[in-house]
Amino acid sequence: MNRTLKKLFSNTASLIGIILLFIFVIIALFAPLIAPPLTDDSYQIPRMSWEVNPQPPGFPMSEDIRAIYDYMGVEVRYDKAIFGTAEGGYDIFYGLIWGTRTAFRVGLITVIISVLIGILVGSFSGYFGGWLDEILMRITDIFLSFPFLVAAMVLTTILGRGLDKVMIALIAFGWMGYARLIRGSILATKEETYVTAAKALGVKDVKIIGKHLLPNTIFPVMVQATMNIGSMVITAAALSFLGVGAPVGYADWGQMVSFARNWIIGAPGHAGQYWYTVFYPGIFIVLFVLAWNLVGDTLRDILDPRLRGEL
Amino acid sequence: MTEALLQVKNLVKFFPIKRGVFRKTVGWIKAVDDISFEVYKGETVGLVGESGCGKTTTALTILRLEEPLKGQIIFEGKDLSKIKKSEMRKERKNMQIIFQDPYSSLDPRMKVKDIIAEGMLTHNLFKNTRERYKRVGELLERVGIPAEYMDRFSHEFSGGQRQRIGIARALALEPKIIMCDEAVSALDVSIRSQIINLLKDLQEEYNLTYLFIAHDLSVIKYISDRVIVMYLGKIIEIADKREFFSNTLHPYAQALISAVPVPNPDYKKERIILSGDVPSPADPPAGCRFHPRCAKARKICAEVEPELKEVKEGHFCACHFCAE
Repeated sequence: MNRTLKKLFSNTASLIGIILLFIFVIIALFAPLIAPPLTDDSYQIPRMSWEVNPQPPGFPMSEDIRAIYDYMGVEVRYDKAIFGTAEGGYDIFYGLIWGTRTAFRVGLITVIISVLIGILVGSFSGYFGGWLDEILMRITDIFLSFPFLVAAMVLTTILGRGLDKVMIALIAFGWMGYARLIRGSILATKEETYVTAAKALGVKDVKIIGKHLLPNTIFPVMVQATMNIGSMVITAAALSFLGVGAPVGYADWGQMVSFARNWIIGAPGHAGQYWYTVFYPGIFIVLFVLAWNLVGDTLRDILDPRLRGEL
Repeated sequence: MTEALLQVKNLVKFFPIKRGVFRKTVGWIKAVDDISFEVYKGETVGLVGESGCGKTTTALTILRLEEPLKGQIIFEGKDLSKIKKSEMRKERKNMQIIFQDPYSSLDPRMKVKDIIAEGMLTHNLFKNTRERYKRVGELLERVGIPAEYMDRFSHEFSGGQRQRIGIARALALEPKIIMCDEAVSALDVSIRSQIINLLKDLQEEYNLTYLFIAHDLSVIKYISDRVIVMYLGKIIEIADKREFFSNTLHPYAQALISAVPVPNPDYKKERIILSGDVPSPADPPAGCRFHPRCAKARKICAEVEPELKEVKEGHFCACHFCAE
């Protein structure tokens, strides 16, 4: 494990990934300081104006909105759209800062739960074999036969709008890869003599899976999971962009991009006038996904026995 | 030497050969085909035969790591072939196995102390972790590894040391019988003798019974009290060690013995060279399974399968002509 950490930090690519992730973690942790919330619901992006058109970076909060906050007795500690505003005056900077929390939540929760389901299905299927394997793998095949994005979209539409629904949809169609991966490695590892030795000692099957098989098969899954955190965030963003994700005004990167949808080209005669509406959210998503992929790539190079020593 | 600790009666283990899309069973590998023998308390029984003759399958089936197809495995008067898995789990305390490959038989992600303590933990032999690890230390010292190495991982040890760890793991449960499945075959000759001597010492100390599987007759000659010879899933000869090496009856056993190298360059002996290969256990020859390769084969050998008969007291042989 030490060796793994050492390599993660000595490799330039993974070091960049780790630094990026670290920055994102800091942003997520200190979100209330970086962008102080104006209402109790801190995930609600504050509006800086009632204008439909996006406002350029540096735009100050409009007077009529400030008047509302004053009337409500809220101290306005945050009154400038540093990155400009999106459609409808939603503050981009605020949305991105608090959206980092959303991204971590979506990415980590969906991947962790998917991995757990995958481990459960895959290890039972691989270890016990027979009819159980047959049933579980056919179920996996059925889930795999749906195109991921379409399936997630349909399920979110059925369940209704909201980030939790998005996560349920992403988990429901995201566990199969892990199940297959785990099953494959367990099929190979369960033939090892040390597994037979554990059986000869009288160790229970579930314990054999937990103590011998999983520790020896989990690494490819961890690599896969790390890389998938980024793509889960992208998919969640895509769902938000398509309008079935987070509710309007919720701090979510996909939502920010979706706000930019009508303004990407700019105004007639002013191509790219509203560049900030798509650039800032885009760069956050790209860097976040890149960070996880860099770390995941290096993890794979370190943990894949076939590549071991060639790093 | 009077009480049978383990009785194997008509044990059969076939493996299905599956082919095609529907995994239809098209045939059976007859790994162990109707064998019976007894192991007495405190003795070492050597089980010999060439690769693929069913020695390991016999051991694994006795331990029910492979489910027997037919037959009985009577251990201390209890038929293990019939009992439930949960009951078998309790019985495992009494019967252990040492494996051939010291490299793959230890979990690479576990510390040595946890490898050895696993069985004790499973059978609740000690109340707390400290006592358990104390016992692990004693066991390690007993098999010749300093107790302070218990926090290391198995890849930090040499082949011989790893085999010692495997022995300690088996000993931890204080079993009555240990199957040594080619326990010394993968080791260097110099280490091999050390491990054999260790096994012998442990046998005296703990009053152990061994079923010692090997393909090397010189090892068998050194360690065992009785010898069982297998060929293609069948037992062809059982005898006391002295009797076996001085008065070998079965032609196959004779050929095996003639193949043992003698460390004397002037010694001239007759080497029996067997022709042909071992037939496939999926389709063994009719009659005596050895007849296609046997120099003494006659007509009857191809037709009638010889039974394992007691030729002399304690000396069994499965050949039509072994009484001659």
